[in-house]
Amino acid sequence: MKYLDEYRDPKLALRLLDEIRRKATRRWTIMEICGGQTHSVMRNGIDQLLPETVELVHGPGCPVCVTPLETIERALAVAAIPGVILASFGDMLRVPGSEKDLFMARSEGADVRIVFSPLDALQIARDNPGKEVVFLAVGFETTAPANAMAVRQAAREGVANFSELVSQVMVPPAMRAILSSPGNRVQGFLAAGHVCAIMGWEEYEPVAEAFGVPIVPTGFEPVDLLDGILRVVEMLEEGRSGVLNAYGRIVSREGNLEARKVMQEVFEVADRPWRGIGVIPASGLVLRGEYARFDAEKRFDVGHIAPQESRLCRSGEVLQGHLKPDACPAFGSECTPQSPLGATMVSSEGACAAYYRYHRNPDSL
Amino acid sequence: MSEPFVCPLPFLHSETVQMAHGAGGRFSQELTKQVFMPHLGNAFLDLMDDQAKLTLPSGRIAFSTDTYVVTPCIFPGGTIGSLAVNGTVNDLAVGGARPLYLSAGFVLEEGFPLAELEGIVRSMAEAARKAGVLIVTGDTKVVQRGSCDRIFINTSGIGLLRDDVTLSCRNLKPGDAILLSGTVGDHGMSIMTAREGLSFQSGITSDCASLNHMMEALLDAVPEVHAMRDPTRGGVAAVLNELAVSSSVGVELVEDAIPVNAEVRGACELLGIDPLHVANEGKIIVALPAAAVYRALDVLRSFDEGRNAAVIGSASAEHSGMVIMKTVFGSRRIVDLPAGEQLPRIC
Repeated sequence: MKYLDEYRDPKLALRLLDEIRRKATRRWTIMEICGGQTHSVMRNGIDQLLPETVELVHGPGCPVCVTPLETIERALAVAAIPGVILASFGDMLRVPGSEKDLFMARSEGADVRIVFSPLDALQIARDNPGKEVVFLAVGFETTAPANAMAVRQAAREGVANFSELVSQVMVPPAMRAILSSPGNRVQGFLAAGHVCAIMGWEEYEPVAEAFGVPIVPTGFEPVDLLDGILRVVEMLEEGRSGVLNAYGRIVSREGNLEARKVMQEVFEVADRPWRGIGVIPASGLVLRGEYARFDAEKRFDVGHIAPQESRLCRSGEVLQGHLKPDACPAFGSECTPQSPLGATMVSSEGACAAYYRYHRNPDSL
Repeated sequence: MSEPFVCPLPFLHSETVQMAHGAGGRFSQELTKQVFMPHLGNAFLDLMDDQAKLTLPSGRIAFSTDTYVVTPCIFPGGTIGSLAVNGTVNDLAVGGARPLYLSAGFVLEEGFPLAELEGIVRSMAEAARKAGVLIVTGDTKVVQRGSCDRIFINTSGIGLLRDDVTLSCRNLKPGDAILLSGTVGDHGMSIMTAREGLSFQSGITSDCASLNHMMEALLDAVPEVHAMRDPTRGGVAAVLNELAVSSSVGVELVEDAIPVNAEVRGACELLGIDPLHVANEGKIIVALPAAAVYRALDVLRSFDEGRNAAVIGSASAEHSGMVIMKTVFGSRRIVDLPAGEQLPRIC
């Protein structure tokens, strides 16, 4: 398959691995930001192939994982209101709230629908003028433009029965939080290729400069990942910091200007709680005042929500690269994909789920 | 003399299924005579008794049932009718039985177009003819709009078990070769891309087919086969995990040996789905002693349904109960059961 097979070429991958082995003279700890990258690392066993000198730790870039439990509870409460259709990406339906998930809510009679795009949710709103359609708008800068576009479109057409429950987060503030946290081990980053496709890589230059780290926008296929790792290792060995783009076929310096424009038009930056991590200043997006009428949080009063997180779950440490999933005492015992304690065990991009799915018993591999 | 009073009946030549079609009266008879019998009729069914009276050869009988709720009920490569026949035929055949007779029970939602029903019945008849089975008894119920989603079909079947083979999911032995009769994921992805709401189109066709003739030929040539399974819901990954657990062996797969149709692979990439988790309706997995591999492949590849048959891995004494994939890069990973609902109502 074109654009795929060449980035999964075993010969090329092995050559890059040799190069990494040759270049890495000291131990380096590199974080891949995006959950999609973590998934690809585990699926292809790239962690097993890397030399001992290079350690990958897994970052917070899983939108489902960092969505606060409060947002899940709010979605469940909104979905339970008669006349509401709650639309969401499929992954969110399995994330457990305190007592149930959205699949269970659906089995109890709530109208919960899986969509592949927020514009599909908007279409449901057009088709059901007598219902309130709420889209659960979670994600990083990758989902923000389409989520913004759905709201802008609803405003232009006057689709009054559409709203979004917004939990949008951004990568650069999370990188700053990780690099500033006590006990940080991360020395370089593979930046998330798809986020950079939207935002470009210029916004990473101040981060690289402030913390003296290499940041390399990287793709998701094995050859992409190894290429990104090699570049970070080269920069670390040479004592260089800065941004070097390893995903040139998708990512440009300024990103997708149209997408950024619609994001800025509809959303503004705000403080945002990250599940397991806490509030990170200026790390989220909320609807601007002129679009406030499309904010489901304002439209539906569901009372005060203050859910309790599991005391056993250490996903916050996992999301910041402090703890490997299989080093958590609950991993594979109290916490499995069938009965997850935290969202990192639920999402297809969650690091705990990726470990469980591909590597849960490393001795047998 | 004036005409006798006639109770005003619903329109007899309705173009859609009416409640009266399931009421057991004149409309039910019309439906049977005009839609079912012309396609499915045979010496047993034509008697229109409440039961079929069958004479079976002596020996052991296999008996299986399955209910089909797939949506959409007509999809590229098949219909709920052909699926209902092929599914039950294959469930009998993987146990080493020669399928003989099926029953068919229909639940129809009022308003279902009769033309569509006739198309489904025709495809059932065609599938039964290909598989060499007879549908010998049947039933139709009509429910009010909203009480079911258009059409559900149950089929049950009986088949005569061969006495020269012992097939069981507990039979895998370390060293066994594992064969797959063709490409993975065609049925599930054809349903997924045929669904409304997914805004891309594909030319993916379901692999829905009866495999009893191919399996019979395989067992004639290779009676030492240890286990056969059809990887339907949960796909190849689910079946191999079940076999590994039941037989207390490990299963080792070779990533680049698994046949996947390019379009299925593309659709899976777009949707983030592992083809090994996607349902098949015309494939079998065969576990057998390694010495018999080439004999088995020759038989499978001589059938159209088995032309892409391949050895995809082997059973091992290590990592009992688990399925491990050797990647093209030489690393290894677990192949797990699919977690939760991937796509409801694929069969």
